[in-house]
Amino acid sequence: MRRNQVAVVGAAETTELGVVPNASQLQLHADAALNAIADAGLKLSDIDGFATAVETPQQVCHYLGIKPTWVDGTSVGGCSFMLHVRHAAAAIEAGLCKTVLITHAESGKSMIGKLPRSIPADSLQGQFEAPYGVYGPPSMFPIPVLRFMKTYGITHEQLASVAVVQREWAAKNPRAMMKDPITVADVLNSRMIAYPFRLLQCCLVTDGGGALILTSADRARDFPRKPVYIMGTGESVETPMVSQMETFNSSRAFKVAGPLAFKEAGIAHKDVDHLMIYDAFAHLPLFGLGDLGFMPYEETGKFIADGNTRPGGKLPLNTNGGGLSYMHSGMYGMYALQESVRQMRGIAPAQVPNAKISVCHGVGGMFAASGTIVFTNER
Amino acid sequence: MAEPQRARPKPTPETQHFWDGTKAGELRLQRCDACAHVYFPPRPFCPSCASRKVSVFKASGKGFLYSYVINHRPAAPGFAPPYAIAVVELDEGPRMMSNIVDCPQTPEALELNMKLEVAFEALDDKITLPVFRPAKG
Ligand SMILES: [Zn+2]
Repeated sequence: MRRNQVAVVGAAETTELGVVPNASQLQLHADAALNAIADAGLKLSDIDGFATAVETPQQVCHYLGIKPTWVDGTSVGGCSFMLHVRHAAAAIEAGLCKTVLITHAESGKSMIGKLPRSIPADSLQGQFEAPYGVYGPPSMFPIPVLRFMKTYGITHEQLASVAVVQREWAAKNPRAMMKDPITVADVLNSRMIAYPFRLLQCCLVTDGGGALILTSADRARDFPRKPVYIMGTGESVETPMVSQMETFNSSRAFKVAGPLAFKEAGIAHKDVDHLMIYDAFAHLPLFGLGDLGFMPYEETGKFIADGNTRPGGKLPLNTNGGGLSYMHSGMYGMYALQESVRQMRGIAPAQVPNAKISVCHGVGGMFAASGTIVFTNER
Repeated sequence: MAEPQRARPKPTPETQHFWDGTKAGELRLQRCDACAHVYFPPRPFCPSCASRKVSVFKASGKGFLYSYVINHRPAAPGFAPPYAIAVVELDEGPRMMSNIVDCPQTPEALELNMKLEVAFEALDDKITLPVFRPAKG
């Protein structure tokens, strides 16, 4: 795909984030969509392309009253929205549609109108993982981390520092769920969830949503907000079974999606001003820094523990506070994208001064899928 | 009220040989007749070269502890926390999720790379699960 041909012209989260007991999951989609449409200065009838995950495009389009000529229901977990951005950019360039709305919402905490997720007993997961006591992401996502730590000499304290640094960013964000400062000792003394991870190393569980609107870069000039251009994109999938990853020393999906996006954008690591790495759990930023080629894996833990990713550090990472402290409704990728867009617009609560290139890297499932978007505010 | 039970696998035509094997006290894997690739989970073709000529064989049942978590909460039905959810790398190459039995469920006892051997745990008259225990000797 050619760089900077498509731009984000509308971006918004739901009016409320956190605990939203007065709205169903479907209504949260609509709330985010209406906010994004208002942000872009558009009408619902201007939308001719639509993408969403978990909920079906037909469900959300009907609820909103949208008549699309292009839809994408790619649903590969929390990074689905990165894939939607990639697919939408290609569709706009190909002339299949002009203005794409992407929505996410999840009633992750209040569970109102939330679709049940179950594992059939005759699926491969049902036969070869479920019988061993896996029960939700906290029991599955951290399974690779002890091997990763042993291979690269990563310490428990370094993994705790991920949560500490992100809390520093969250403190600057009025909409972050958790803002009180924490220390490495606080993290290592918090309740054990699934060894080696404790409560403060696991993502929040909240309600909320977000929406994006994309159109061609040529049209983007006429919109009220500063356009944020899609500079590069990548995607991949590996396996829905964490036990069947090729290795626990890296994520194959990360190693495909990340470099694809960098190559397409034509950028080097030193060009990155701002970075988002989907942090459902504390080890993900370490995998991301290594798999995207920012540094050798051995250095990732020390890099974060030394403060390089905190406010004022040389590589600002997860500047909204991340899934650990900002919010995590279940599919956090949309919130990572929203923060990248805010940073490129120059309106983030914890704004990185003069940031021109933002890399937004997502994970789906337990390392099952990945999507990477490189944004820029210069064409 | 009945105790909540752990999740029961339900075999499919492609996996039936595996579950017949565990019931007979064997850990069965598949090997490609064309390229010799050994793989898991079961399927009637080779995921490395796409050949449909594959054979089922009895694996050694030996391997080592590749990684794990010790789950505290929430616990799956039929499990008393804390319990380890492990990934075992078999001597033949493939990895599989399992539980580690006859061993304290602690970081001190569960050392990465420790040698393991398969054991079998009958869930009912249809399904026997392969689990692993520290290798003897
Ligand atoms: Zn083969």
